[in-house]
Amino acid sequence: MAQAPVLPRGFELPLEPRLPRVGSVDAVALEERAASLAKRSIKREAKVFALELAVRMMDLTTLEGQDTSGKVAALASKAIRPDPSDAGIPSVAAICVYPNLVPSALARVEGTNVKVASVATAFPSGQSPIETKLEEVRWVVEQGADEVDMVIDRGAFLSGRYAKVYDEIVQVKEACGEAHLKVILEVAELGTYDNVRRASLLAMAAGADFIKTSTGKLPGAATLPVTLCMLEAIRDVYEETGRMIGMKPAGGIRQAKQAVQYLVQLHETLGVDWLTPDLYRLGASSLLNDVLMQLRKEKTGAYQSPDYFTVD
Amino acid sequence: MTDLERKRDRTPVPKEWAYAPAPEARDVVRLEERYGHYVGGTWLEPSETYTTISPATEEPLAEIAQATPEEVEAAVAAARDAFENGWSGIPAAERAKYLFRIARILQERSREFAVLESLNGGKPIKESRDVDLPLAAAHFFYYAGWADKLEYAFPNRRPRPVGVAGQIIPWNFPLLMLAWKIAPALAAGNTVVLKPAETTPLSALLFADVLRQAELPPGVVNIVTGDGRAGAALVKSDGVDKIAFTGSTEVGKAIQRELAGTGKKLTLELGGKAANIIFDDAALDQAVEGIVNGIYFNQGHVCCAGSRLLVQESIYEPVVEKLKRRLTTLRVGDPLDKNTDVGAINSKQQLDKIRELVESGEQEGAEIYQPPCRLPEQGYWFVPTVFTNVAQSYRIAQEEIFGPVLSVLTFRTPDEAVEKANNTPYGLSAGVWTEKGSRILWMAERLRAGVVWANTFNRFDPSSPFGGYKESGFGREGGRHGLEPYLHFESAEVGG
Repeated sequence: MAQAPVLPRGFELPLEPRLPRVGSVDAVALEERAASLAKRSIKREAKVFALELAVRMMDLTTLEGQDTSGKVAALASKAIRPDPSDAGIPSVAAICVYPNLVPSALARVEGTNVKVASVATAFPSGQSPIETKLEEVRWVVEQGADEVDMVIDRGAFLSGRYAKVYDEIVQVKEACGEAHLKVILEVAELGTYDNVRRASLLAMAAGADFIKTSTGKLPGAATLPVTLCMLEAIRDVYEETGRMIGMKPAGGIRQAKQAVQYLVQLHETLGVDWLTPDLYRLGASSLLNDVLMQLRKEKTGAYQSPDYFTVD
Repeated sequence: MTDLERKRDRTPVPKEWAYAPAPEARDVVRLEERYGHYVGGTWLEPSETYTTISPATEEPLAEIAQATPEEVEAAVAAARDAFENGWSGIPAAERAKYLFRIARILQERSREFAVLESLNGGKPIKESRDVDLPLAAAHFFYYAGWADKLEYAFPNRRPRPVGVAGQIIPWNFPLLMLAWKIAPALAAGNTVVLKPAETTPLSALLFADVLRQAELPPGVVNIVTGDGRAGAALVKSDGVDKIAFTGSTEVGKAIQRELAGTGKKLTLELGGKAANIIFDDAALDQAVEGIVNGIYFNQGHVCCAGSRLLVQESIYEPVVEKLKRRLTTLRVGDPLDKNTDVGAINSKQQLDKIRELVESGEQEGAEIYQPPCRLPEQGYWFVPTVFTNVAQSYRIAQEEIFGPVLSVLTFRTPDEAVEKANNTPYGLSAGVWTEKGSRILWMAERLRAGVVWANTFNRFDPSSPFGGYKESGFGREGGRHGLEPYLHFESAEVGG
């Protein structure tokens, strides 16, 4: 088992690979920058580009107690072929489900490019023993999940036990094997951008392939400023180590216009190299149909009623 | 396809994402072919005219009057008449009503003004829309509130209006500077003759229509246009009681010489060479945004621009790297495009001055960085520029460039930062970037600048006084302080 170096309480990141200083975040200026990027006016072909990219980057999500194989199968079909009347619309990146539903999801997406992501590690609270969490991760990976969305232990983080948070991520990463690991920070519980930045660096240092804002289970999930804060941390890691880490804002992104704003922010913070589902995902459950509606409007010049878009 | 193959299947990355043009519609602005002077509530037919253009395209926009000394005198006489026969005598609350009206009309017509401001001045529409117009309206709202509270602003000092104010404004924020000048003058009970800058008269001339809508009594605000000769005539006019000037230090000195011994009141808001000081504990990404906003905002045509960057040596490399990277994302081009970050240089003359200083910087040995950038063929443009390896003695570290050109210097300790920041003939503004509150206060006490921003830059508010030390001028605009230059105080005569 991977053993992380013991960290002093004052939070020192491991020296190898070299990582950026933790630094701090100015909330006012961060929010201003995010707001100014959100004002970009994206029209015509640039808009179609963004909307299609948003579809390809989407993690179509259902995380409910009432989820069933039937529901997941329907969601998977939608993921593969989002708009039955337009074959030109690409598939989404992945569907994101609870562990129990991974087999049903896999059965449905087999032979397509759509991946299956499973939440794990006692999602959404993360308040379980590490053995339980690792067991869950190993199980979903054995079932065949391509991606694992874990939550960090916010209790440990907020009480200053960063080493525990770090060790857990390292162990989960090892349990993931080939599967991609997305680390959910649950920013709404972290309280400050400084904490978000610190948790982002911590997660990346511990081996995250992606960092992700939220579980979607709390109000105040993904926002433009918090996502910008995480993108800047990703940029610093890239500058220092050359590692390209992915980003996934999740929760609260419901409109096509928001999706375009997120992509503009990505484009102007990390550049075109990050404009790929390999490095950016939008976690959403109700965004897809609005994007489809906007895409059809760009093609036909008219808005169509929601009745023309399937609700799966 | 097996699982493993699926995982290896990397998606191709696009080469670029070019934003489609997003121009703001021009048709909200209706321009006259020819403008006269606005004197005594009517348009005075000019004897001489010149052409005003759009600096982004060099396209002619309108014929503008060049005021003769006689025409300036006519405007001053109209202002004098309005002052003595009405304006100074009406209840202060009535004056406030006019100012409130002007503020509301500016808000209502803000899109029209924003487009005109970008068209005539070359500044990006997002700045005229989000900065110039809201702030101009806010200034009128703010001083409207003071109009009937002067006795409370200056208790026991019996404030009285000065009389006729001659106001000469620059081309970098034409409408906003108009608001900075006119709002406090009217609130204090004065009348005004305003001369906008030669290259950017159109928003002031459209403002005359706002005055008509607001039913401001004739002669309270008069607008004469033209080059420096018109300004000189206004300064010399015997009918003027106060001169307020914003512009270059050179002209400011000439005005001060001219007014010496005349008893006319004077305020000057002149050049600057502000230091933007970044400490190693600053929030770096936000500090870089602040640096960019400090010097590239309005193409660097800002008297308080953060044109000297002082970086603590321990973070010099990451800051310069981040800054260069950020520069590559600046969008330079059509001022009316909503996605433009940096617009056109205001005039050919200014462009020549920037070029000359940049050349001197290269010759003196500074290292130049300019991001790859396609500039339009027509019009006046300059690529956002950073100089590194700059010594304090270089001209680019001493002289005001008034363009999108940043000089980067380093320091080691807070004492050295203060010493370098203050080592300039100017003293208009400064910026301090640190997460340490005590250091902000320590620095602010020692920086000799009228405004010290902490963890922000180029932030304006009507309630906050603005003005300079040393060759940056004297007098304050904004806030309660901004009323003072437009008032006489009678407490001394009345005695205890």
